[in-house]
Amino acid sequence: MASTPVEYIQHHLQNLALGFHPEKGLMFAKTADDAVQMGFWAIHVDTMLWSVLCGLLFIKLFQKAAVNATSGVPGKLQNLVEMCVEFVEGMMRDTFHGRNPVVAPLALTIFVWVFLMNSLKWIPVDYIPGLAHLIGIPYFKIVPTADPNGTFGLSIGVFALIIYYSIKVKGGLGFTKELAFTPFNHWSLVPFNLFLEILGLLTKPLSLALRLFGNMYAGEVVFILIALLPFWAQWTLNVPWAIFHILVIPLQAFIFMVLTVVYLSSAHEDHSH
Amino acid sequence: MNINLTLFGQTIAFAIFVWFCMKNVWPPITQAMQERQKKIAEGLDAAGRAQNDLKLAQEKVSNTLKETKEQATQIIEQANKHANTIIEEAKEQARIEGERLIASAKAEIEQEVNRARDQLRSQVAALAIQGAEQILQSQVDAQVHNGLVEKLASQL
Repeated sequence: MASTPVEYIQHHLQNLALGFHPEKGLMFAKTADDAVQMGFWAIHVDTMLWSVLCGLLFIKLFQKAAVNATSGVPGKLQNLVEMCVEFVEGMMRDTFHGRNPVVAPLALTIFVWVFLMNSLKWIPVDYIPGLAHLIGIPYFKIVPTADPNGTFGLSIGVFALIIYYSIKVKGGLGFTKELAFTPFNHWSLVPFNLFLEILGLLTKPLSLALRLFGNMYAGEVVFILIALLPFWAQWTLNVPWAIFHILVIPLQAFIFMVLTVVYLSSAHEDHSH
Repeated sequence: MNINLTLFGQTIAFAIFVWFCMKNVWPPITQAMQERQKKIAEGLDAAGRAQNDLKLAQEKVSNTLKETKEQATQIIEQANKHANTIIEEAKEQARIEGERLIASAKAEIEQEVNRARDQLRSQVAALAIQGAEQILQSQVDAQVHNGLVEKLASQL
């Protein structure tokens, strides 16, 4: 496969899709065109694999820390986990005003999981796809958060929780009332209110997903562009960009977590009282 | 895609990045973690020490209490003993005093008896002389017979 810069970039931004091709049946997409042909009924195997791996790593690590937890002087792992938990706990105290035992663990999970998925970006862009290529896998994009499927998966989950807790706290009627009578409490403005509020509601998962995806995708593209430089010059740009990502990666994970908590907090606020 | 020198270039960049992290990112993180660990260890240590101190203090209190109780019983015992000796002494003294009183009373009685006897003797002498005078119907020269009468009286 000859590799022009454009092909190289396109190759690196293509996920490994498994799906039903209308002509060739169930298969891995060999080309970008195949993936487009598969339409909606395809699955990005690489995104799934790496996000699940990151999730498992998070669960195993924290479970190990929890099982071996001592009330005495913590070991290295427990210390790290405790720092994470304390960090999320402090953030929760400042931001979340409802009462819900689900939100703090959710925030912790989102923070660590997104952080782990983001941190896959530090791995040089050709390592894993190169390895995959050697064993005959055509595409392999390892950062799940640089795939809109990954970020929308997360944000739709959060959106479902927002709806669930809105209805649970305010009741179906209360929630509808809130949508219909804010910000303008007058019957003639109900359609306008509904339009505004539903738009606002739908914007929440959209902004969550697109912010994370946009940042990670753009960072990924820049890494790939840097990889097009002559090999001896790559480090001059690659290293600063990687260092910059020491800031970006935790920040994006943090933003995703905080916004989730803020949205859920507003879902718990009952304005009718 | 091709495997080419790009991989090598990325490896260089990755190595430099890892080195940078080791040099500039890792130390502050590990330091923060160590500080946290140290703080926890110190806190636990202080708590342990405080508990130990409390135990020691409690032990000391109970020891002191025991000692004090022992001392108190000792003092009471001593006091009892002392009281007993005082009573004994008083009894002894009373006995001695009694004996002394009895002795002096006896001596006085003796004296009294002696005195009475002397008086009696002198009176008896006079009586005897009178009796003898009357019996003899004659005057006896008291001075002549005085020696005889005294001899008689002393025989009483």
